[in-house]
Amino acid sequence: MKTKSTRKTKAAALDRDHALYLLRSMIRIRRLEDKCAELYSAMKIRGFLHLYDGEEAVAVGVLEALTRDDAVVATYREHGHALIRGVSAGCILAEMYGKQEGCSRGRGGSMHLFDDKTHFYGGNAIVGGGLPIAVGLALADKMQNRPNVTCCFFGDGAVAEGEFHESLNLASLWKLPVLFVCENNLYAMGTALKYTQAVMDLARKAASYDIPSHAVDGMDVLAVEAAAKQAVEAVRAGEGPHFLECRTYRFRAHSMFDAELYRTKAEVEEWKKRCPIETFTQTLKSRGLLSEADLEKIERDVEGEIREAVAFAEACTWEPVEDLTRFVYSERRMS
Amino acid sequence: MQQLGMGQAVNQALREEMQRDSRVFIAGEGVGVSIHDSPMLPTAGLLGEFGPGRVKDTPVSEAAIAGLAVGAAAAGLRPVVEIMFNPFFTLASDMIVNHAAKLRYLSGGKSTFPLVIRMKSGAGFGAGCQHSHNLEAWVAHCPGLKVIMPSTPADAKGLLKAAIRDEDPVIFIEDMMLYFAPGPVPEEPYLIPIGKAEVKREGSDVTVVTWSKMLGVAMQAAAQLAEEGIDVEVVDLRTLVPLDKETILQSTRKTGRLVVLHEASRTGGFAGEICAVVMEEAFGSMKAPFRRVTGPDIPVPASPPLERFYIPDATKLVAAVKEIV
Repeated sequence: MKTKSTRKTKAAALDRDHALYLLRSMIRIRRLEDKCAELYSAMKIRGFLHLYDGEEAVAVGVLEALTRDDAVVATYREHGHALIRGVSAGCILAEMYGKQEGCSRGRGGSMHLFDDKTHFYGGNAIVGGGLPIAVGLALADKMQNRPNVTCCFFGDGAVAEGEFHESLNLASLWKLPVLFVCENNLYAMGTALKYTQAVMDLARKAASYDIPSHAVDGMDVLAVEAAAKQAVEAVRAGEGPHFLECRTYRFRAHSMFDAELYRTKAEVEEWKKRCPIETFTQTLKSRGLLSEADLEKIERDVEGEIREAVAFAEACTWEPVEDLTRFVYSERRMS
Repeated sequence: MQQLGMGQAVNQALREEMQRDSRVFIAGEGVGVSIHDSPMLPTAGLLGEFGPGRVKDTPVSEAAIAGLAVGAAAAGLRPVVEIMFNPFFTLASDMIVNHAAKLRYLSGGKSTFPLVIRMKSGAGFGAGCQHSHNLEAWVAHCPGLKVIMPSTPADAKGLLKAAIRDEDPVIFIEDMMLYFAPGPVPEEPYLIPIGKAEVKREGSDVTVVTWSKMLGVAMQAAAQLAEEGIDVEVVDLRTLVPLDKETILQSTRKTGRLVVLHEASRTGGFAGEICAVVMEEAFGSMKAPFRRVTGPDIPVPASPPLERFYIPDATKLVAAVKEIV
C-alpha cells in the first residue's frame, strides 16, 4: 500500500511574493464566484452554476505546480481553475453570459469553459468524463516525447464512475504522465461519501492500480502546493501517474438549485473556520509577511479586476444566429 | 486488380496512412495480438510492422479507448481506435456522444478532434444480438460526428484513408460479413471523399437507397427486377453523415419512386431520415408512396433461420419495389 497519510505544511521559509501570489489567487477565485452568484440572481447567468468557495486552495496549489505547456482537465466547478490557468475573468464571465467573446464563444456556458491557448481542455459537465480524455492527452505527450504532465481534476463523485477505473488502470498500465487530482469535498452532489463509497479512503483506490497516491489537507494551500509539486515532479520524471486526494469542502450549495438538506448549518460553519483564505491570511500575518495594507491592496486590485470583467462581459456581443451551425464540423476538410 | 476482403482493404488503408503520417496510431482490444489469427482481419500484421508504440492493445475498457482517442487528438495525434462491435459502442458512448462529438463546438471552433472510431457490425454470424445490432442511427443523430458505412472493399479503403485525414471525429462501421466477400481494390493510392454517395447501378423506374452490406442485396434484387422489366437505380450512401442529399434527390426526382433498404431495425432507423428528406424536398416529383425494407423491431436472433429472416433479402426488396411500381 503506497497511500501516505496527510502531509503537514512545512514551516520552512516562505517567499513573501510567492505567498502573496497564492493568497491573491485564492481571493480572485472567491470574488469571481461571489460575482457569479450575484449575476445569477440578476439572471445575467443562466443554467446550472457551481461555485468553488472553500475549495480555492486546491486549484491554486495544484496549478502552481504546473508549467504553461502542461494540460489541465477540470470539472463543471471550474471557473477558478480557468482563471488561475490564465483565462481572463472577462472571458470567463462573457462565456457564462453566452457572449461570443467568451472563451468558448458562448456555446459552452458555466460548465464548459475551454481554452486551447492555456491548454485548458474543459470544463466538463459529465462526472468522470475528463479522466479518459486526460489519459489521451498524456498518451499523446508521451508518444511525442514531450515532457508535459496532464493534470486532471475530478470530484469524489467521479470515483463511482466506470470511467474513473478504466482511466486509472490504463494510465498506470501505460505509465502515462497524468496527475489525478481528486477534489474530495465529501458530497457527490447531495449524497455524502459514506453513502456512495464502500471504501471511503479514496487514495486507496488509486493505490489498487499501483498508482502512488497521497491525501492532503485541501484547505491548506501550502500543503496542496507542496504535495502537487512533489507529485508532478515524479510524474514528469517518467514514473507514471500519481494521485492526489485533496480533502476539502464547498461552502456553498452544490449548484444554485440546492436546498442543502443533506448537511447541517453547523457542519458548514465548522468547515468555514478552516476557510483556506482566512487561515492563510492569518498564517502570513503571524509570520509578518502580510500587512493590512497588503491585504487591502489585494482586495482593491481584485475588485477592480472583477469590475472590469463584468463591464467586459456586459459590453460583449451575441453571436448572430446565422453562425449557429459553425464549429460543429471543421471548415478545413483535410490535413 | 487485387481482390481483397473489406478487412484487408481496411488493413491497407491503415498501413498506408501509418506509413504516411507518424501521428497516426491505432488502439483497441486485440488490435496487436488478437485471439483471431486471420489475414482477413483489419489489423493483421500491423503490430509487426509498426511496433507496440503505434499499435496499442488496450484493456477491455471501451470508455478509455474512445476517451484516449479524444485526448490524443486534442494533443496533436491522429488516433484510429477500434470498438470491437457496434453494440459495445454503448460502453464508450459518453466519450463518443458527449465528448468527441461536442468538444469542437465547445471549444468555440478553436480545437479539432481528428479521430476515427472503427466498429464491426452486422448480423449473419449467429453471434446474437449483443454483437450484431447495427446502431448507425444512434451515432448519426449526434451532430459533430461523421458516420461512414462502406459497402465494398474499395470504398472502405478510400473512405478510411479520407477519414483518417479528416479534421473531425468519424465513426467508421464495417460489416463483418464483408470481410469475407472479396472485391476489386485499386493498387494505386486513392481517397474517396466523405459525404459523397455513389450510384452503383443506374435505372429509371425506382430508386433504392442503401448502404453497407445491404448494397449486395439491392444489386441482386435489381438484377432480378431487370428481368421483369423494372429498371432499378441503386444509390449507395457510403456516408450517412454528412448526408449526400443531392445524389438522393437527383435520383428520386428522376425515378419518382423510393425504397430505402437497411439491415438495422425499423423504428427510428435511418431510412426514416431519407424518406423525410425526399418528402420535404422532392415530393412534387414522387409518383408513389415510399417503402422501407429493414430488419424487424427485435433483437437480432442467433438461431440460423430466425437470423436469416431478420436480415433483409432480395425477395423482400423485390416485393417492396413491386408494391410501388
